Amino acid sequence: MRTLIAPGRRRAGYTITLVITTIVLTVVFVVPLLWVVVSAMKTAVELARVPPTIVPETWTPGTYAEAWDLMDLGRYFVNTIVVAVGVWAVQLAVDVPAAYALSRLKPVLGKGILGMMLLTLMMPAAVLLVPTYLTIADLGLLNNPLALWLLGAANAFTVFLLKRFFDQLPVEVLEAARIDGAGQLTMLWRIVLPLSRPILAVVSIFAVVAAWKDFIWPLLVFSDPARQTLSVALQRFAPDTPVNLLLAGLVLSSVPMIGLFLVFQRHVLAGLTAGSVKG
Amino acid sequence: MRRRVEENLVAYGFLSAALVCFAVFSWYPIARGAVLGFQQVDFVSDPTWVGWENFERLFADPLFATAWRNTLLFTALALVFGFVVPFLLAVVLNELKHFKAYFRLVVYLPVMLPPVVAALIWKWMYDPGPGLLNSALRGLGLDGAAWLDSADTSMLSLVIVATWANLGTATLIYLAALQSIPGDLYEAAELDGASVLRRLWHVTVPQTRFVLLVLLLLQIVATMQVFTEPYVMTGGGPEDSTVTVLLLLYRYAFYYNDFGTASALSLLLLLVLGAFTALYLRVTRKADA
Repeated sequence: MRTLIAPGRRRAGYTITLVITTIVLTVVFVVPLLWVVVSAMKTAVELARVPPTIVPETWTPGTYAEAWDLMDLGRYFVNTIVVAVGVWAVQLAVDVPAAYALSRLKPVLGKGILGMMLLTLMMPAAVLLVPTYLTIADLGLLNNPLALWLLGAANAFTVFLLKRFFDQLPVEVLEAARIDGAGQLTMLWRIVLPLSRPILAVVSIFAVVAAWKDFIWPLLVFSDPARQTLSVALQRFAPDTPVNLLLAGLVLSSVPMIGLFLVFQRHVLAGLTAGSVKG
Repeated sequence: MRRRVEENLVAYGFLSAALVCFAVFSWYPIARGAVLGFQQVDFVSDPTWVGWENFERLFADPLFATAWRNTLLFTALALVFGFVVPFLLAVVLNELKHFKAYFRLVVYLPVMLPPVVAALIWKWMYDPGPGLLNSALRGLGLDGAAWLDSADTSMLSLVIVATWANLGTATLIYLAALQSIPGDLYEAAELDGASVLRRLWHVTVPQTRFVLLVLLLLQIVATMQVFTEPYVMTGGGPEDSTVTVLLLLYRYAFYYNDFGTASALSLLLLLVLGAFTALYLRVTRKADA
């Protein structure tokens, strides 16, 4: 397709631009990450040397295992997974039926409810920090993952995305099922959900990634170190942990998200444009 | 009639869980936040109404002005980097026909890192001694910088991290927008003798105007709430140069347990961000209609 520069004219500059772009993006985005992965395998003494060695003089891949044990990463992985999977499951369980009701059952006041939900998107998250925290405290949900699960379920954006998708489902299919005597729950489960796989994938990935990346809410909710998520624990450990072990911990805690991205790339990137606006 | 009632009952059954979640974790906190700013709140005694006292305490705090200045500096720098760089990057990537998948993968990779991880990685890269950044600069024969250790460069250092970590999102959204520009527009402009820069300015920019505006507004709202980078990387220092509004709010609430004053600061933040958010909603609603 025709873009800014005509295809015929770009031969000379094209190769140069391609090479420069490749080098710059690799240096800026890949090299730091590789640098961390490799540096974690240096000894603490070597890591403190100026100028740094590029290839470790002594490879100590054992730092990864050592970091895992020292920081008790297994526990924080489990905590993080509990939060992320819980947010995902509760968000879908709560928001899918809600969006279906708003889209297909059109109850009295449905438009008002959707409007009230979308209104919450207008609130900058920072503004709700204190009142939401106090509410969680009042409910006795501090140090309880349930607080984050329920907080994640009140996601107007997810409801909105799902509703917009349900709106576009063919009416005939739903009518046919209705004539066959299917109840609303059956229709949702047997017909709507299978048809909605693409949007469910997008919403699911958003929910898991957001929960894994979240910092401020886990920080506020989990004051008990034994309950903390990876992000909260890592910043707590950071000041007193030998650098090579800390770096190993950082790498280990990023692996799941990077892996998720590599596997579900298409969905993640599709979600990006579904979530944003069309130009 | 009976059928209609029944349908509504079913619908509200489906909605009930969401209504409870929104009521408890969104709608009620919104209302509560408005009141809290005028109350004295701690965990010990019942809240008491104190009127504008919280606001007066804030205005008397020398860090109040500092926090706003720092936040505005962060937002301004973040716009220069985080707004312009992804757009230009997207324009370049849109011209390139090779390695497309690789470029997308690479710019989006840092977006998948937990922000705390990105912040801690960069904290180490900024180390003036063995840090990668200064080592590379020295390798090129340049002087290193103090980065996080100097009040002059600390905020810039935080902006670099935030931009590095988030630029992939904006780049890929711009890229999608660029691909929807009809090619004939460029062709027509070229036939009229418009240079590359003029085509960029008179075709590319107007054609992506909507996405540019939306992301600009979103970015202002997001960057003014910056917290993780200063909290993890500098704790507000050196010399309070990275105390942001949200960091100050966090201190009031969770160091001093002064939830009332923290809420007063939230309300001021809402006042400022509300304007941008309202603008954002107007813009996107117009596009939806």
